[in-house]
Amino acid sequence: MSQPTRFSSFAAGARDTIPMIVGAAPFGMIFGTLVGAGPLAAWQGQLMSMTVFAGSSQFIAAGLVAGHAGVLVIWLTTFIVNLRHALYAATLLPHVAHLPARWRWTLGFLMTDETFAVMNGYYSRQPDSPHGHWYFLGSGLSMYINWQIWTLVGLLFGAVFPQLQSLGLDYAMAATFIAIVVPQLSRLPQLGAALAAGLFAYLLKDLPYKLGLMSAVLVGVSVGLALLRGQASRTREGQAA
Amino acid sequence: MSHTWMILGMAAVTVFIKAAIFVLGGRVAFPPLLQQALGFVPVTVLTAIVVPMVLAPHGQGLELSWRNPQLVASVVAVLVCAVTRRQLLTIGVALLVFFGWQFGVLQG
Repeated sequence: MSQPTRFSSFAAGARDTIPMIVGAAPFGMIFGTLVGAGPLAAWQGQLMSMTVFAGSSQFIAAGLVAGHAGVLVIWLTTFIVNLRHALYAATLLPHVAHLPARWRWTLGFLMTDETFAVMNGYYSRQPDSPHGHWYFLGSGLSMYINWQIWTLVGLLFGAVFPQLQSLGLDYAMAATFIAIVVPQLSRLPQLGAALAAGLFAYLLKDLPYKLGLMSAVLVGVSVGLALLRGQASRTREGQAA
Repeated sequence: MSHTWMILGMAAVTVFIKAAIFVLGGRVAFPPLLQQALGFVPVTVLTAIVVPMVLAPHGQGLELSWRNPQLVASVVAVLVCAVTRRQLLTIGVALLVFFGWQFGVLQG
């Protein structure tokens, strides 16, 4: 096998991300269509995809804007929802710490769930590759361009069929969220966390500034942590017996 | 205009989260409890948004009824997703049921 170059590493990163790119495309399009059905202008939807570039927080922000949430609630939710990226960065840090600052800013900005999954696999196979950052760039940049294109397609789709708004298209968001959540509920702590969060979100839904949402998330996370603790202590007792 | 600032604020928050550790290096450490807590964030946030939308779609009282298309479609979506674990199939079936219920069953 020939020695990898910068370009071949970049291309390999993009190629290995193709399954993720295909998977993200419909979500980009749904996001663009949802923006068209809500209070944000189309160019603001594209601006969000270009500058925020974090799918789930974009969906949530579009939902919160449509629900007249305050800007501080949206920023706080964005912070909490996106905080997992810091964990990804901490995991990959040993492989990028030697790079110049402009590289670390760029690769950090391009971090997503998908690119983290690809890079985590890559670095476990090739921990000492000299062109790993080009591979990272290929993965991140291809996800970025893909997200911009499909956001635009969704925005155009919503503009061509404005009557979609009156059909209750915002239900597409609920359907999308259900499809994201349900596969994660096979473990008891996750299931308990989701049930608690859903129950309290309903009970507290009339609190102002979406504080009910925040409280429900806090309750859900606490329930999840408690169940996790319970499982861990039962495992220890089982081992001791 | 205020929406633009909202978006740019989201961008600032997100870029900071994503790039801070790469830029600052190993000076930031996460306690294990926070790591565990973050693992529950996506599931709880998404559920907390969906449940009120589905149970009280008009922002008023509880609509636990077969005449609530959001509820009917969501029950179907949960079942389809739990059995097949396929996201796009779930979304497609949910939208079909939602629109079908709204325009076929309730108005038919």
